[in-house]
Amino acid sequence: MSDEIHIPILRLGEEYRSLDTVELEAGTDGKIFTHTANPGLIRRDLLGIEKSQTALNAIPSDTLAGYCEQAAELFLNEELPVGDGTQGPQDYVEALSALTKLPHTLVRMNMGKIHAAMSQIRTVIGGLTRNLPLELFDRGLSSLGELEVNYYPVTEALGVSLPSNAPAVNSLWLPAPVLKIPVLLKPGREDPFTPLRIVQALIAAGFPKEAFGFYPTTHEGGDTILMCCGRGIAFGSDATVQKYAGFPSIQVHGTGRSKVLLGADYADKWEDHARTLVESISANGGRSCINTSAILVPSGREELADAIARQLAVIEPLPRDHEEALLCGFSNTEWAGSINDLIDQHLKVEGAEDVTARYRSGSRLVEMHGQTYLRPTLVSCADSGHPLANTEFMFPFASVSEIPQERMLDEIGETLVVSAWTEDPDWIRQLMNSPDIERLNIGPFPTNRVQWEQPHEGNLFEFLYRRRAIQGNLAAVS
Amino acid sequence: MSCDLNVEEARAALDERVRESMKWHFSPETGCPYWLDRAAGLGFDPIAEVACFADMQKFPNFDDEVLRKEDPARFIPKAYEGQPYNVFETGGTTGMPKQRIGWEDYKTDYSEFSDHYAADFFPQGGNWLMVGPTGPRRLRLSIEHLANRRGGACYFIDLDPRWVKRLISDGEYAMARKYQEHVIDQAVTIIRHRNIQCLFTTPKLLESLAERMSLVNAGIKGVFAGGTTMTPQYVRFIEEEVLEGRINYAPTYGNTLMGLAISRKREPGEYSLTYYAPQPRAVLRIVDPDDATRDVEYGEYGRVELTTMTKEFFVPRFLERDEAIRREPCGEFPWDGVGDVRPFQSGTKQVIEGVY
Repeated sequence: MSDEIHIPILRLGEEYRSLDTVELEAGTDGKIFTHTANPGLIRRDLLGIEKSQTALNAIPSDTLAGYCEQAAELFLNEELPVGDGTQGPQDYVEALSALTKLPHTLVRMNMGKIHAAMSQIRTVIGGLTRNLPLELFDRGLSSLGELEVNYYPVTEALGVSLPSNAPAVNSLWLPAPVLKIPVLLKPGREDPFTPLRIVQALIAAGFPKEAFGFYPTTHEGGDTILMCCGRGIAFGSDATVQKYAGFPSIQVHGTGRSKVLLGADYADKWEDHARTLVESISANGGRSCINTSAILVPSGREELADAIARQLAVIEPLPRDHEEALLCGFSNTEWAGSINDLIDQHLKVEGAEDVTARYRSGSRLVEMHGQTYLRPTLVSCADSGHPLANTEFMFPFASVSEIPQERMLDEIGETLVVSAWTEDPDWIRQLMNSPDIERLNIGPFPTNRVQWEQPHEGNLFEFLYRRRAIQGNLAAVS
Repeated sequence: MSCDLNVEEARAALDERVRESMKWHFSPETGCPYWLDRAAGLGFDPIAEVACFADMQKFPNFDDEVLRKEDPARFIPKAYEGQPYNVFETGGTTGMPKQRIGWEDYKTDYSEFSDHYAADFFPQGGNWLMVGPTGPRRLRLSIEHLANRRGGACYFIDLDPRWVKRLISDGEYAMARKYQEHVIDQAVTIIRHRNIQCLFTTPKLLESLAERMSLVNAGIKGVFAGGTTMTPQYVRFIEEEVLEGRINYAPTYGNTLMGLAISRKREPGEYSLTYYAPQPRAVLRIVDPDDATRDVEYGEYGRVELTTMTKEFFVPRFLERDEAIRREPCGEFPWDGVGDVRPFQSGTKQVIEGVY
């Protein structure tokens, strides 16, 4: 790679260099520039989206799934185009780490997740469609026993506004081009590399380049992608959820507030699984919406909090290229300070203690290895209504609250993942009926456990396709 | 508007205009009640002590709240007393609007603008369509005058920016989009059913219009646009894609207080815009935001300061809500230009602009 990397726009496959560029803070000798798409440029590309659909429709979906499987290997192992040059896997790891402050270990872990999603794309799609054959996307028809079913696409394209802090979320849009829906991507400011690498791998494997738009752009450009594509996916905070609440065509992946609920039958058994709780809080640097941010116990709060805090506190910042690095630095150091201040402010509200402070060496906010870190933090809350009891931050942070099992479901609020540690059949049925839970794990599992055949935050297939009643003589299309 | 003077001659003409303006606006026989009353509190005698443009620094920056609070009639120069006048309001604000009055200034400005462009740039005799804020704005009469001066008629589609701003502040994004579609629908109808060759609109509406139809195929020959930031990339996009590289494009910078500043000719492949005020009637300076008496160096960003000096209206040293790069005089315009205009401090804080 040269010292200066220019990341151009891909206008439905065609490279375009904008006169508006953004220099990213890579903190290295080399410079990285993204080329910014103006919103009108994106809308004009959408006027020609029919060509993208035609290009995808010319290839059987089964073939596209095969391309995706091949692309998984290219993504993981090969040199792929970036601007005028190419980028190998190690270049990608180093460049992404420099921009996002993710340690190399976590970039590689995220690469592994993306690779798994690509290589298991048939399993993923099977999970979404309940194993309808892929020919459905070639013919629009499929048979369920004696019954013919007809699905039609409800959008010409899927727009996705991606975050910077979690490369693996790119796996969520991956099925779309195999389902013959073109995708328009707005990369997160600090992570232009991951979606671009995936797109280049898919094109190199055989996908028509017209199927992909890649638009580094402004907030207005992001809104354009989400609102002008018939379907959009956005990632963000509660504010993002609120912003797009009036747009049913936009699915927002907001704050996770994922939780572990200990049933009364597990109140004395958690010690065997303490490591699971620690990993559930700290995996991926605690940056994912599926990391545990709250643990609810029916009793024994102090003992559990002390034991988990003791293990979390030993996780120390390490250099980004260290083989055991787990914590992420903050690319925006002001955020780290603001988060730290907010936690300290809330700790002044009676009934909460930062239990990790007993064991960590030094302050929560720390400058080390040329970066700003927040050390893992576990807060024990006497009251589940405490402001720190049901919140989420971009580092390993969790609360422990004590609450009777029968009240837990009334108090959890909207929660992305619940891991309910219980074998109580009545409570399991109540958990399965709860409208507040998006993903449910039963048993002593971490919240960040992902099974590819299970949909994540809504079913992408049902988001992109709708079933229509069809009957009569279908011989001509069978 | 372009002139044959050199830089020194243009500066001398400006100084002469300053002396004339002081005498006009601060003499009881010709001046308006507002400025005659204001003179008492200035601490200097404008007629005696403001003899060149550099002396304008003696005036403090003009507070545009005055244009909300004062009765516009207090700005009628004695010399215009009894003559019917127009009241114009500024663009997209809510609440009590800022108002200025005028008689012939808009005709002067737009006649000069027309004379700047060759007969085929906006074809002589061609009809115009204005799509944008009409209502109480000077622009509406100005565009019609421009069309008439070039031998054509002008059609209008109104867009109320105050309503758009309210929709957006209320979070009614879907309704805002629907309103824009309503505006574009009307424009498309007029273009399809009347012989329109020239357009005035905002860049964003221009984009939307071109998403609905090829403006080249619709017979449009020239487009005059202003009202929002146009980065070099944006200008390139408009010219290459929206106008398909085949329609003349005249980007301008202007407002109700100034009139309009024309952008100088550009070389092929050059997309950075530099605007030149209609000097000596109006002067644009690029000043240090922390010390508005100081010009920034050429090539540097600073805040835009406007001084308007016509017989109808006088505004000294008004700080615009824009910043721009100070650019050198050029052959067409032998005075300072303002380049790549953008909202003031848009580099350091988020600014909502260009709602229409």
